[in-house]
Amino acid sequence: MDAKEAKTLNKLRPGDGGRVVGVVGSGLLKRRILEMGLVPGTEIRLKGMAPLGDPIEVLVKGYSLTLRRREAEAVTVEVD
Amino acid sequence: MVQSSQAAAKAPKEITVGLAGNPNSGKTSMFNNLTGARQHVGNWPGVTVEKKEGRHIRDDVVVRVVDLPGTYSLGAFSEDEAVARNYILSGEPDLVINIVDASNLERNLYLTTLLMEMGANVVIALNMFDEAEKKQIRIDLEAFAGILGVPVVPTVAVRNKGTSELVAAAVGAAGKGPGRAFTVNYGKEAEPGIARLEAALAGVETIRNLPGRWVAVKLLEGDESIYGRVMQSPRAGEIIKLRDEVAAHIERVTGLDPESLFADRRYGFIGGLIRETVTRKSTVEDRLSVSDRIDRVVTNRLLGIPIFFLSMYAVFQFTFVLGDPLIGYVEAFFGWLGASAGALIANELIASLVADGIIGGVGSVLVFIPPIFLIFFAISLLEDSGYMARAAYVMDRFMHRLGLHGKSFIPLLVGFGCNVPAIMACRTLENRRDRMITILITPLMSCAARLPVYVLFVGVFFAAYQGLVIFSLYLLGIVLAIVMGVLFKRFLFKGEVSPFVMELPPYRVPTLKGVLIHMWERGWAFIKRAGTVIFSVVIIVWVLASLPAGAEFAGRESYLGAIGGFMAPVFAPLGFGTWEAAAALIFGLLAKEVVVGTLGVVYGIGEEGLAAAIQTYWTPLSAYAFMVMSLIYIPCAATIATIKRETNSWRWTGFAVAYSLTLGWVMAFLVYQGGRLLGLG
Repeated sequence: MDAKEAKTLNKLRPGDGGRVVGVVGSGLLKRRILEMGLVPGTEIRLKGMAPLGDPIEVLVKGYSLTLRRREAEAVTVEVD
Repeated sequence: MVQSSQAAAKAPKEITVGLAGNPNSGKTSMFNNLTGARQHVGNWPGVTVEKKEGRHIRDDVVVRVVDLPGTYSLGAFSEDEAVARNYILSGEPDLVINIVDASNLERNLYLTTLLMEMGANVVIALNMFDEAEKKQIRIDLEAFAGILGVPVVPTVAVRNKGTSELVAAAVGAAGKGPGRAFTVNYGKEAEPGIARLEAALAGVETIRNLPGRWVAVKLLEGDESIYGRVMQSPRAGEIIKLRDEVAAHIERVTGLDPESLFADRRYGFIGGLIRETVTRKSTVEDRLSVSDRIDRVVTNRLLGIPIFFLSMYAVFQFTFVLGDPLIGYVEAFFGWLGASAGALIANELIASLVADGIIGGVGSVLVFIPPIFLIFFAISLLEDSGYMARAAYVMDRFMHRLGLHGKSFIPLLVGFGCNVPAIMACRTLENRRDRMITILITPLMSCAARLPVYVLFVGVFFAAYQGLVIFSLYLLGIVLAIVMGVLFKRFLFKGEVSPFVMELPPYRVPTLKGVLIHMWERGWAFIKRAGTVIFSVVIIVWVLASLPAGAEFAGRESYLGAIGGFMAPVFAPLGFGTWEAAAALIFGLLAKEVVVGTLGVVYGIGEEGLAAAIQTYWTPLSAYAFMVMSLIYIPCAATIATIKRETNSWRWTGFAVAYSLTLGWVMAFLVYQGGRLLGLG
């Protein structure tokens, strides 16, 4: 296994997988991200992005979640 | 109202059930199964959120079913969630049926943990049970229900399976009240603090009737609404101090703020529950493959946007190409009815009241039925199939630049056909800010009814550049919509965020029943709520045009003519300060194309001689200013009535009317005076 690298979710490339380290920020956005299952330790994989490059699509807890890149910036991921 | 169980044995018992669940969990299908045609659609008091209610009768029990907005959570930030949460806390429902998508358990059960934390009497419907089975997800129902301590019923709402068992479980549970109050354990780092906070909150008046532990948890999460209520208490100081202390402690020992920790522990609990009771044979990749394969095309880098525009074009064509002949039939029928009725009545005034007022009024309501039915048929297909979420996904980047949501595109597009179904289509926007802004700017989309006004004036004054001039008006509407959208976002809805974080649900085949019910609901809601307003406006305008007795219909001596004369100076700086123009604009309230007919009447020549008359009274510049005014000023009565119904607020409706009137006047002023400065007039 390679050394793990921490990145924000918006920096992942399609096909990249990893684990959520944490969510920064406050208010509705942070809560919504947590509620949708991006809690620390959760495995995720970047499935792809919309034709214009934003928003992105993430596989999490067995379903497809979409969020804007600006929003994904709040999520730190340890990339495999 | 729950009748006492000691009432006479034969007396019907009534229980009230709230229906809660995630978006795309099949909640609407279950609601349709339960209530059938006995539905009532309205609004929750004071908000733009739709409230659906219905009745289910089973033996001697009447089950009143209240459909709560589909939500992922029960925070206080979003209007939808606040509505669901306040209703559950109100004590009105005897129990909550939680519709859980069994094929997407983890995310769906998050809401379940929140419901149970609130102390709600929960019955779980494990919906889409067939899909779960197909994906080889095996759920040990007994163990599942045992751990949660609530009844669990497998259902397939789209095929009406398990509905009867669900009702039986609900009726049984309603009699018992919440059993073992189950809550997620937040761990030794947090629980002592939660207990201390709960103890400190005991006896605080402003949170009376709320479950203490839930309040403590919400306070630690920083829930604004609970925070606000605690702050009103005289003991706020000590409680907030303790809250901050506990929150700091949690953050110190766990490295997570309470909000993250609690979400993490809830998902931790759900993970444990699934490990104990669910076996999955297939991997995640297998389960998503069909939708993934569709998405590889539909959201493809190159094809995604063309497919989006193609489907929008199809929706538009379906609605208006199919709808226009139907509208024609409705118009022709009411025209015939009016003429026949008018001919039968001797008294001229009464004949006109019946023909132009009452029959015309009913007709002007019903004429909207074909496009509304068709657009909601199409939108239901898009939503139920899962494409709507993709449409938003594909267009969000572009729409977000304009301060809107990916889904705003659909109402705006429909607006080119007719603003009424367009504004109703704003319901697909979950967030209040997105919904309100889109409602407010949709009337700037130049609807089909405005075209006859352009055609008349352009034909007379700009014959050589017809297409270009008409296009410039459509473009002006779009540009103004963008500008107003940005302004509204900056000044009216400052600080309100609208995250795009949402599910891309798997593609599903929509059911005809679901689509038809949705379509019928919208159409009927329009007739009932907007119908009376439109009808009243038609009658009022008729009265103004017909009285005093003896005055020529819409003539100079009628009240309408008098008002037109009174208003004329207001329009003078725009280049059309005549009572005829003012009267036509007032008539335009009924429907914008009426402006043309009215000009025919007020010039006393009918529509045939209109071109010649217009050439006498207008210049190209004042004509263009008048078209700009017709584009922008007050939406028609039907649109106003729809804005009222959809915003559930006279204040916002008034604002929509006032801003468009002002904007129309200013734009026409700029065109006319600017044109004169440039020597065009």
